[in-house]
Amino acid sequence: MSKGLPESRTDAAMSELVPEPRPKPAVPMKPVSINSSLLGYIGIDTIIEQMRKKTMKTGFDFNIMVVGQSGLGKSTLVNTLFKSQVSRKASSWTREEKIPKTVEIKAIGHVIEEGGVKMKLTVIDTPGFGDQINNENCWEPIEKYINEQYEKFLKEEVNIARKKRIPDTRVHCCLYFISPTGHSLRPLDLEFMKHLSKVVNIIPVIAKADTMTLEEKSEFKQRVRKELEVNGIEFYPQKEFDEDLEDKTENDKIRQESMPFAVVGSDKEYQVNGKRVLGRKTPWGIIEVENLNHCEFALLRDFVIRTHLQDLKEVTHNIHYETYRAKRLNDNGGLPPGEGLLGTVLPPVPATPCPTAE
Amino acid sequence: MDKEYVGFAALPNQLHRKSVKKGFDFTLMVAGESGLGKSTLINSLFLTNLYEDRQVPEAGARLTQTLTIERRGVEIEEGGIKVKLTLVDTPGFGDSVDCSDCWLPVVYFIEEQFEQYLRDESGLNRKNIQDSRVHCCLYFISPFGRGLRPLDIAFLQAVHEKVNIIPVIGKADALLPKETQALKQKIRDQLREEEINIYQFPDCDSDEDEDFKRQDAEMKESIPFAVVGSCDVVGAGGPRPVRGRRYSWGTVEVENPLHCDFLNLRRMLVQTHLQDLKEVTHDVLYEGYRARCLQSLARPGARDRASRSKLSRQSATEIPLPMLPLAETEKLIREKDEELRRMQEMLEKMQAQMQQSQIPGEQSDAL
Repeated sequence: MSKGLPESRTDAAMSELVPEPRPKPAVPMKPVSINSSLLGYIGIDTIIEQMRKKTMKTGFDFNIMVVGQSGLGKSTLVNTLFKSQVSRKASSWTREEKIPKTVEIKAIGHVIEEGGVKMKLTVIDTPGFGDQINNENCWEPIEKYINEQYEKFLKEEVNIARKKRIPDTRVHCCLYFISPTGHSLRPLDLEFMKHLSKVVNIIPVIAKADTMTLEEKSEFKQRVRKELEVNGIEFYPQKEFDEDLEDKTENDKIRQESMPFAVVGSDKEYQVNGKRVLGRKTPWGIIEVENLNHCEFALLRDFVIRTHLQDLKEVTHNIHYETYRAKRLNDNGGLPPGEGLLGTVLPPVPATPCPTAE
Repeated sequence: MDKEYVGFAALPNQLHRKSVKKGFDFTLMVAGESGLGKSTLINSLFLTNLYEDRQVPEAGARLTQTLTIERRGVEIEEGGIKVKLTLVDTPGFGDSVDCSDCWLPVVYFIEEQFEQYLRDESGLNRKNIQDSRVHCCLYFISPFGRGLRPLDIAFLQAVHEKVNIIPVIGKADALLPKETQALKQKIRDQLREEEINIYQFPDCDSDEDEDFKRQDAEMKESIPFAVVGSCDVVGAGGPRPVRGRRYSWGTVEVENPLHCDFLNLRRMLVQTHLQDLKEVTHDVLYEGYRARCLQSLARPGARDRASRSKLSRQSATEIPLPMLPLAETEKLIREKDEELRRMQEMLEKMQAQMQQSQIPGEQSDAL
């Protein structure tokens, strides 16, 4: 038995469907603030500017995965989110497009630049999910992919000569597309989210929400929220990771009222009231994608990109990745991966206590 | 003088009166994944609230649910004509994570109705046969997919030779006009590729006027029908209340041909082809089933097994049913023959005995 890791941690990592609360990993305490009156202007507040400059130079990675049955508008939504053709639409109506027999994982990377900041965006598509007659365990390839990215990162981390910036291919955010049936979640939705909410940040989204009236939308959202709660599924932002009261109130509001976001995507523009807007032109009116009276796309965009982007990455790194790492180290008897099971010889990381010989 | 007027031109009127008196039976099945607006559409089509007390179970409960078949009956009367409409619903279809073979209960159900009819038809009392055969199946296709999904194809292939299928795209207000056209084309292509036979609306008579023919052709081209259902009233323009769905960006009108094909569906299903659907069910689909049944009986192995033994009584389910009454009467005849023969033998024996006993003795008195 390895020291330093409580039994419950192992159990929690091992058991799949029992929604046990995960213990928080060690986070350094916030330093006690010295409330002394400053004698003059020091200039420490320029750290923000310095960080900004650095970020602009290095740019950053963001990896977003989309999961859902075919035809729910996943690619269109991602293109609308990032205002560019970052996801190749399975060009809808050609005869040659066949639904793949098993779930495939397709990752496509793009570099987007805005205001001098470069983002290396990777969109991970999962065609074939939920499309077969028998969809049992169709989430397994997805879980495997996510864990593989953690494994890659872990291997880089335990290297002796580490790269200055480890390329981060870990999935920071998984948008799960719920079909707008108007009734409730489907069994497959529940199964997927139960299995994967412990491994990655899941943001459930109601796709093609232009088929629901306002009442139907709010009823559906309420029912979905209740079902997720009853089944112990914690979607992002998870309650247990709210850091302070401010976070909690902000996130509570999002969790209990807005989510899951009911979205509509489009890559076509129309003229409405003298403005050019993204939308869908139906015989009975134009649905404006960014109009909050029509759908909640703007809320999703602000949430994912403008306010919680960094947090998504942090939770992925500090929590999901750490859980994976702990489990791997534990499985390997406290040794880093590579010694024992995988064959390549690496010296043990000194910080981790080695188990007594068995 | 009306020397050429015989009077049978009034026959259609007599038929009409008879059928009005008899009333009209129709069994309609609705199938498709849950959440495609099936119940709403049925309520809209027949202006009833058949699904008032329905409760859709939550996803957690549906994890282990199997497909069930539900029947609801309603009597609708319009213009003095009574229609006894039976709706067959298939809740649970396509819901589970593993939907393999989930269409089998539906296939069994349809065949059971045929079997029941076959039994009744071959029975002794044929006056009041209840026709519970499924006359039409409205199959709902999702507007969100890219055409028919593997489950749709599997279901349609399993039932297309047993029931009239009318494919329908549910919740069609999710689609823009171009998307609707493309989806319809894709579905038609797929139906052709997979060799699925849907119900063919018959051609209109050649002596109809051009307008009607054009309308008819347009309607046929819009299959599968892209429908929107609603019982909510959203406006009062015109003689009847306008039903539709009100969104923040506009209102979809159910009976507006520019918005969806609801009118087409209602016209073709209810107003013009109800009788034809019944006829095709009887003349083509049922006859096909009956022929298959009887043919499987006519195979030598089957007949030997059947005639050989005790089977004729117990396994009425194994042998197609026409065998049953025939076998019974044949058996009776054989038994009677046996009895007759035995009696004849006895008679002959008695006669022989009498002759023998008479010869040695004197002739007894003459009469």
